Amino acid sequence: MTALTPTDDPAYRLFVQRFGALRRSRQMESALTVAAAVLLFVVAAAWTDFSPEQIAAGLPRIGEYFGKLFSIQPRGAANPEAVLALGHLFGGMREPQSIAYWFYRIGTYASLLWQTIEMAILATALGFGAAFVLSFPGTHTFVGSRSVVLVTRRGLEVMRTVPQVVLAFILVWPFGIGPLAGVLAIAVHTTGTLGKLFVELNENADLRPVDGIRSVGGSWLAQVRLGVVPQVLPGFLSYALLRFEINVRSSTIIGFVGAGGIGQELKRVIGFNIYEEVSAICICILLIVVAIDLASEQIRHRFIGVAA
Amino acid sequence: MSGAALDLSAERVRHPEVFRGKGWLRWLLLGAIFAYLGYLLWLFDFVRVFTDLPRVWVIVRLMVDWTQIGTWDHAELWRSMLETVAMAYLGSMLGMVFAVPLGFLGARNVIPRRVFHFLTRRLFDGLRGLDQLIWALVFVRAMGLGPIAGIMAIAVVETGVLAKLFAEAIENIDRRQVEGITSVGAGFVARLRFAVLPQVLPVMISQTLYSIESNAREATILGLVGAGGIGLRLSERIQINAWDQVAYIIVLILLSVAVIDTTSRYLRLRLIGVANR
Repeated sequence: MTALTPTDDPAYRLFVQRFGALRRSRQMESALTVAAAVLLFVVAAAWTDFSPEQIAAGLPRIGEYFGKLFSIQPRGAANPEAVLALGHLFGGMREPQSIAYWFYRIGTYASLLWQTIEMAILATALGFGAAFVLSFPGTHTFVGSRSVVLVTRRGLEVMRTVPQVVLAFILVWPFGIGPLAGVLAIAVHTTGTLGKLFVELNENADLRPVDGIRSVGGSWLAQVRLGVVPQVLPGFLSYALLRFEINVRSSTIIGFVGAGGIGQELKRVIGFNIYEEVSAICICILLIVVAIDLASEQIRHRFIGVAA
Repeated sequence: MSGAALDLSAERVRHPEVFRGKGWLRWLLLGAIFAYLGYLLWLFDFVRVFTDLPRVWVIVRLMVDWTQIGTWDHAELWRSMLETVAMAYLGSMLGMVFAVPLGFLGARNVIPRRVFHFLTRRLFDGLRGLDQLIWALVFVRAMGLGPIAGIMAIAVVETGVLAKLFAEAIENIDRRQVEGITSVGAGFVARLRFAVLPQVLPVMISQTLYSIESNAREATILGLVGAGGIGLRLSERIQINAWDQVAYIIVLILLSVAVIDTTSRYLRLRLIGVANR
């Protein structure tokens, strides 16, 4: 091997020298980046009292949760005993910790889940309507006045940057505890996000149909209605469906601040430490989210062709 | 105009399919959709949006009145805001630390077992399927009020999200580099280190930065269920109806999010040379 290495060649030695220098500087850079990240981690951990002892103190309580979930306290016995037998799981409603026992309030959950989905439907529809209307004054290719465009866009931006849970919390005060505050909060957020996407679609729309309609004397409304809407509507609908999926997720949690849906019930059972109901509701939420995802994927593939 | 109308009637005869109406089925469907939406509006008492509007104006008026600004506890609010950012950073970094090995385990080309792949993917789905706020609520019960519950919630969800993204990135690598390293006799670890890691590291860094950014936004609301940060202060202020401070905190949140967005975009550009993920 050594015979093959041209160590006497000055060009080769220069190469080795430069390569080594470059490599050292790159390694130095990476080490510094990692060091900075670790330092930041330590500082942040100190700032928030995040220490291994705290975690160690909390983790057994999570274990306790699962312990209680899968154990029963027989009458007269001192300690709870673990149950994970199949016969027990399908033991029927009177058997503690069987599947039927977990889900004995499934009727309530079902109606609350349905309410959650209805909240998402209404919020998506309201947000879609508002975003549809606002997207045209927000597109500079359709509107001459720059200030109209700017004001609409800033408005949409504010709507989507205020966290919707915060908005729901605030709206619970004027509109009372219940789904209405949640629907409004999600609708406002949907308007902001969809509005931005719609504006982008509008900007990419072909302007020739608009020119054609203007050339035969169509009003601004007619230009938008007949020249733009047919082009952009499929894109709008596809974005709205995607948004609906996200809104179902949001409406499951928006109840934590009292704004209706299954979240309100989840917060209640967590507050009362009803372990089996916590898990039952979490499983219900997971299932419904997955089901909506799959269904909306199917719809998107079938009716709109290309997935957005 | 009459000439145009005459042409129109001739065209109508020649191309009847163009002039056919939209069909009653379509109108029926649209009508049903709108009827259902109307029913939902009624179900959720939508009229109250208009009848309760005066109460909204009361809040809005109180929100824009910042004459008491000198009496607010600015130090506490800014500390909480920083705490929120720290929560997002810690949670995302912990999530990344767990997600890197999980991502390798979940990648089909690292461990080519169908059952294993299915199980790891479902695990990731389960972690990120429940919202951060739900995890936060659970961890607040286990660990008590404070930022630690929030950090744990972010870390759990982020592990699921990042592990899935990392696994996909690993599955999409160029196989030829792996083959090259294998051909000179490298073992499993050396293959991962010299063939896989250099290809996926930029993706991992950019996704982690992105997750810090989006978690800083998410973390502002975790406090609403007691998991620390600015959200805790916000929920206190809402409960005592201190609307001017609520508005101030929201402005604070918006500004911080904007600053973090800009910083993270700059860092992404700096570290990996692409603006978008």
